[in-house]
Amino acid sequence: MDIGLGGPMGILAIFKKEMRVYFASPIAYAVFTIFLVISGFFFYTLLTYFSLISAQASMNPGLATGLNVTDGIVRPLFGNMSVILLFVMPLITMRLFAEERKQGTLELLLTYPVRDAEVLLGKFLAATAFSGLLLLTTALYPLLLALWSEPELYPILTGYLGLLLLAMAFISLGLLCSSLTENQIVAATLAFGALLLFWIIGWAAMLAEGDWALLFRYLSIVDHLASFTQGVIETKDLVYYLGVTSFFLFATLKSMEIRRWKG
Amino acid sequence: MIEVQGLTKVYGNKTAIDNLTFTVEQGEVVGFLGPNGAGKTTTMRVLSCFMPPSSGTAKVNGYDIHTQALEVRRRIGYLPEHNPLYTDFTVTQYLNFVGEAKGLSRLSRRQKVGEVIERCLLHDTREWIIGRLSKGYRQRVGLAQALLGDPPILILDEPTIGLDPKQIIEIRSLIQDMQGERTVILSTHILPEVSMVCQRVIIINGGRIVAVDTPESLTHRLQRSTQVRLHIEGPPDQITDRLREMAGVLRVETTDGAGALHRYLVETEKERDLRQELARVVCGSGWGLLELRPVDMSLEEVFIHLVTEEPDSVTVDR
Ligand SMILES: Nc1ncnc2c1ncn2[C@@H]1O[C@H](COP(=O)(O)OP(=O)(O)O)[C@@H](O)[C@H]1O
Ligand SMILES: [Mg+2]
Repeated sequence: MDIGLGGPMGILAIFKKEMRVYFASPIAYAVFTIFLVISGFFFYTLLTYFSLISAQASMNPGLATGLNVTDGIVRPLFGNMSVILLFVMPLITMRLFAEERKQGTLELLLTYPVRDAEVLLGKFLAATAFSGLLLLTTALYPLLLALWSEPELYPILTGYLGLLLLAMAFISLGLLCSSLTENQIVAATLAFGALLLFWIIGWAAMLAEGDWALLFRYLSIVDHLASFTQGVIETKDLVYYLGVTSFFLFATLKSMEIRRWKG
Repeated sequence: MIEVQGLTKVYGNKTAIDNLTFTVEQGEVVGFLGPNGAGKTTTMRVLSCFMPPSSGTAKVNGYDIHTQALEVRRRIGYLPEHNPLYTDFTVTQYLNFVGEAKGLSRLSRRQKVGEVIERCLLHDTREWIIGRLSKGYRQRVGLAQALLGDPPILILDEPTIGLDPKQIIEIRSLIQDMQGERTVILSTHILPEVSMVCQRVIIINGGRIVAVDTPESLTHRLQRSTQVRLHIEGPPDQITDRLREMAGVLRVETTDGAGALHRYLVETEKERDLRQELARVVCGSGWGLLELRPVDMSLEEVFIHLVTEEPDSVTVDR
């Protein structure tokens, strides 16, 4: 059957459809709420802790060196948000193939004159846009910070870029998991397990030696976020996220093809 | 229009359809009749390019399902068996999406969506959420999405399954309206349905084609009578007369033979299996019974598993 890259019309049609389904479902609103509330909680905690340290620092000038809101609040906040993403991204991607397969709508969708790649990209872009919106709502916290202090703008922007790239890698893996089953919960569980593995693979780096340590370190999905939150866009990190994303998207395309055979 | 050549689909080690070959002419409404598990859905999924066959080919309007799947899909409107729909959408939103996916431009989309809404009598429910619609209305939406974009070929998998009699009549009349204008393949396990809407029937069982016929002669073969072939040694006139006297026998005919040895074709009433009695009568009269065999047993077997009667409310002509 035809695969290969699709045209923009088909992608747009699927994209719009998925966005509509997102905002028609209670899961989307639950995810938004959870994400805002938990990141808000982290923000509040970081802020309180930072004020405490600053208050002490004002009495003891020795402590004050290197103390700023970017390092003290913004960066840890991004780190925490990446952890929340680990939990919520599987919820965003779980239904994309599994539920359509279960409801039988995928059968119809795949008989329209759209290529598999167009269906996949439409879904991927919709999940990416949804995650983008999700991240955007948390811009509230840096804005609040700007009322009261002067955080550096650039690390905030690159930090968000890094989080979005991280989300894209999560989405592509989640799509693969969703394409493997008819059950959303199974899809979410698989995705969560796989993401967690990608996350903790960095820990293996501490035990391994030499080239292995380097490899594990490189594979670890969250280590690549660090430079972004420092306001640096490094090619190796960019390549990593885009590479992981393309790899899993490609695997999903193959999985769709195999599923066609099985019916 | 549709040429199917040696189509086979194997799931794991289960052969769902086995070497199917048939053609459907332009403008024909063809019924795909068979009991559950016969392979109807599998055939339709292959023809609609949802899944590739294990072997064999099919051409739709001259386009090959293997190498020109997108071209095939552009020409087919498909209604899957359980009529899957996005239940969160309104009818109009859904049909708009289908129009986009089928590649209609914004301008023609507006017009074509309006047309199918009219045609499938969805006007009053166009802003309804699909999840709130009755089954009959959902089926109309399913039919509307298949019709959208004016595909020359429609593939409808059990379009009346699960509907109540009134809804069945509506859907059938919508399908009947398309006669001549589009090529339609519809599957069903209800015998009267094919007589009502189809010009030709392909009977499939166990993944194989059992018979291809017009609904009239098929109904005749299946519904009114069962035929038994006999090969008897004895006086032909006496034998014919004696057999005709038996209760349940409709017709007796000598097919060929010479001297005292003749073959007979006995048509009996549908519900009665007269084979034992026929044997008893022949032997009791002192004639020699050389052979006794029911005709078309394979068709009979199919028939047993089909739904052959419907409540009057459905079968009454509109
Ligand atoms: N996806 C599948 N995987 C394995 N077996 C299947 C699958 N789909 C159908 N079958 C089997 O293939 C046979 C034909 O099924 P199907 O085409 O659905 O028949 P029908 O539509 O006539 O009821 C059945 O025995 C069914 O169990
Ligand atoms: Mg079926």
